[in-house]
Amino acid sequence: MYQYDNYDQAMVDQRVAQYRDQTRRYLAGELTEEQFRPLRLMNGLYVQIHAPMLRVAVPYGLMSSKQVRKMADVSRRYDKGYVHFTTRTNFQLNWPALETVPDILAELASVQMHAIQSSGNCIRNTTSDQLAGVHAGEIEDPRPWCEIIRQWSTFHPEFAYLPRKFKIAVIGSEEDRAATQLHDIGLHLVKNHEGEVGFEVLVGGGLGRTPIVGTQIRPFLEKKDLLSYLEAILRVYNRLGRRDNKYKARIKITVREHGINHIRELVEAEWVQIREQLELDSKEIERVKSHFIEPDYDATAAADESFVTTLAEDTAFARWVKQNVIDHKVAGYKVAYISLKAPGVPPGDISADQLDLVADLADEFSLGEIRASHNQNLLLSDIKQGDLYALWLRLQAEGLATANINTLNDMICCPGLDFCGLANATSIPLAKEINERFDDLDYLYDLGDIKIKMSGCMNGCAHQSVGHIGILGVDKKGEEWYQFTLGGSSEADAAIGQRLGRAIPKDQVVDTVATLIDVFKELRHEDELFLATVRRVGVDPFKERVYADN
Amino acid sequence: MQIIKDREIIEDKWLHLDDEAEVIAGNFTISLARWQAEHESLVKHESGLGLRLTGEDPLEEVVPDLASFSLIVLNFPAFTDGRCYSFARLLRDRYGYKGEIRAQGDILHDQLFYMTQCGINSFEMANQQRIADAIPAFDDFSESYQTTVLKPEPLYRRR
Repeated sequence: MYQYDNYDQAMVDQRVAQYRDQTRRYLAGELTEEQFRPLRLMNGLYVQIHAPMLRVAVPYGLMSSKQVRKMADVSRRYDKGYVHFTTRTNFQLNWPALETVPDILAELASVQMHAIQSSGNCIRNTTSDQLAGVHAGEIEDPRPWCEIIRQWSTFHPEFAYLPRKFKIAVIGSEEDRAATQLHDIGLHLVKNHEGEVGFEVLVGGGLGRTPIVGTQIRPFLEKKDLLSYLEAILRVYNRLGRRDNKYKARIKITVREHGINHIRELVEAEWVQIREQLELDSKEIERVKSHFIEPDYDATAAADESFVTTLAEDTAFARWVKQNVIDHKVAGYKVAYISLKAPGVPPGDISADQLDLVADLADEFSLGEIRASHNQNLLLSDIKQGDLYALWLRLQAEGLATANINTLNDMICCPGLDFCGLANATSIPLAKEINERFDDLDYLYDLGDIKIKMSGCMNGCAHQSVGHIGILGVDKKGEEWYQFTLGGSSEADAAIGQRLGRAIPKDQVVDTVATLIDVFKELRHEDELFLATVRRVGVDPFKERVYADN
Repeated sequence: MQIIKDREIIEDKWLHLDDEAEVIAGNFTISLARWQAEHESLVKHESGLGLRLTGEDPLEEVVPDLASFSLIVLNFPAFTDGRCYSFARLLRDRYGYKGEIRAQGDILHDQLFYMTQCGINSFEMANQQRIADAIPAFDDFSESYQTTVLKPEPLYRRR
């Protein structure tokens, strides 16, 4: 993975010093609450219901074991001994004291981590595919490009005060595991007719109150032009984006109000002016790529026979492998998901002790690296098949071997009313109830992939509008109600879900999920997936049953 | 009033003239509306003439007149309004403006580094009492990854 040089390290160290001084000025009364707010936000510090919340960037979801141990250490010393992973592969500390944040940032800087631009109206952490570099169908590894974008976007002097937050995601294969079509800019590495690899550029996707699927602005961009094209889009947006209404300030609204053709003309006109100056040279591309070269995989890994034996002997292991383990591009290697959706645990949470174990396992079995996914799970990406059983036994002992990846229980869920100052309704307790209702794993496997996404308010942090089943908490005269949508997707077939009907009271949410599943089971053709069934039959059959029962 | 210009605290030699106020003999700045209405008489002004712009103004329409101004004032009604960062970049990089570019409005010292990188070289600080405290902020960071007005080559060409 990428390693900081002296320039990179100086940048994060100087940020810590800058933020330490900003915190000091705030505490001394030299900065008002209002003046301090955007400054702390640009360092990832929110003020929530109970305490501040610090969001730390995990660039494109990649972490070293050393970094993960430091996360565990920081969470023990400055927080309550656990962290929370987000849908944009960052992690959050839910209970730090505001005065200690500069010290936390200094600790993180010592392992090349930071909270720079993890919130605020600026360019956020760039995200990617959790299977980057290890997936067989990949056109090209997107991570070097993410790192190039990370550096370009870090402290970009012109784009620190944009109309609204700005998120970029990059993928290198046709499957979309990073929700790129729901980002302000989505970049897809593609091959053109001549066989050259470049970027398809999408713009104006986004979730929140007005979910919109991104539109193609350029079918093919040469790699060397990546930064000039991004800079052109950002400059057009910085000047044109609305600043009178924060709900209309995202680039998706700029694109909708001006039309993609007009935006494209403006971007292309800007681009030709800066293209040459910002052209990436091959030396820099190679420098960054050299941090992501393929490791020396063991050619004998596939010769192992113990894997097949353990699969046959231990059904619990076999079940975990079937659900949580996928093939690596190199024969004899596997990629294992560590589910952070264990029953009774808020989705995405992991304790300090578990983090330490994951770091140890990464060192022993998976080249010392850990990845976070958009679905709020972790992965070890380079495990020899012969090591899987030993790995699984250790994960199981720490409650990290829940075999529920991509099942209905692998939910994305926001913190909701229990933690968040914006929420209208609870979400974590409902996720727990759903988890308890669907506790039969074989039944879950039979249902196949079902993505439930549940947000406690219309800001939509859990991306409910692109859930196969989306659940949105709304406030009705002080009571918590839930609006269901069906048929959304954040993947290559991205779509915004359709409303099921009127909102449902809190005590009927779990029953409603069960009803939806019953209808699906009746209507599905053989092994058809939930999303396919919904798209084939529409929402009406589901609607009829849910509202008949209510 | 004191301002910061080229990293030094100096007395301001400019008057910001209201649209209704009578023209005076010394250096003054005017709004774009006044420039558009009265430019024929204003070009004859013998002292310095400055133009005040906001992020709402059509920057490109002013470009042919840039030579008339020795000062461009960019207004930041709230420091979260970042439009004029792009204005400054364009004035320096694209339109070759060499005169003083000044930031006015909600200017805190946390923005000085970014503003300087974008080509702004003078500052009317929101907090006059603490103006000296702002000077170290120009050195918050020793490097920038990007191509900026101060460093036209990106960091990766200097690594």
